[in-house]
Amino acid sequence: MIVEWALNFALLAVGFSLVLCAWRLLRGPEATDRALALDTMYINLVALVVLLGMRYDTELYFEAALLIALLGFVSTVALARYLSRGDVIE
Amino acid sequence: MDFEQMHWAWQTLIAAMLVVGGVFSLVGVVGMLRFPDFYMRLHAPTKATTLGVGGVLVASLAYHWGGGSYGIHELLITLFLFVTAPVSANLLAKAALHLRVPSKAPVPPEQPLP
Repeated sequence: MIVEWALNFALLAVGFSLVLCAWRLLRGPEATDRALALDTMYINLVALVVLLGMRYDTELYFEAALLIALLGFVSTVALARYLSRGDVIE
Repeated sequence: MDFEQMHWAWQTLIAAMLVVGGVFSLVGVVGMLRFPDFYMRLHAPTKATTLGVGGVLVASLAYHWGGGSYGIHELLITLFLFVTAPVSANLLAKAALHLRVPSKAPVPPEQPLP
């Protein structure tokens, strides 16, 4: 009972933070703001996928969360390198 | 879902971790929306959101342990996120300094040379 209530609350909070991230992604005055919004978005997406794995009671979603975390970090590094050097791999 | 078979203290632990995780991720994103300057906006999500995801992952770990399967999969993601979040924040700050993103911090006053 209490766990289901908390699970629904956490799902709502993380989903709402994803919407706010999208707002910053569209509005951001600088390019680095948009990169930061994407970074925050993938971290929130990891939380959302783990919460859905708890809700549907399956362990499969863990692999998806791990893949999202790995690829998100690599893409953030590539974006930051592109913004600071103008090239990803020199 | 088989939450009801668990001990009530275990249920309370899972629920508290879930609420803490949700609140911290929301706080981090609100900070990213509301701060006036990129360098302030950078520090809200890199700390608060990482802690929020850590709370959610600890809740998932506790849930799977309560269900009878003893793995440390979620700790793997937690460790990975805790290692990589400062690195990506540092790279973004360096990119912003290179692009000369304006800052609201005042210039420090002139100090006389000793």
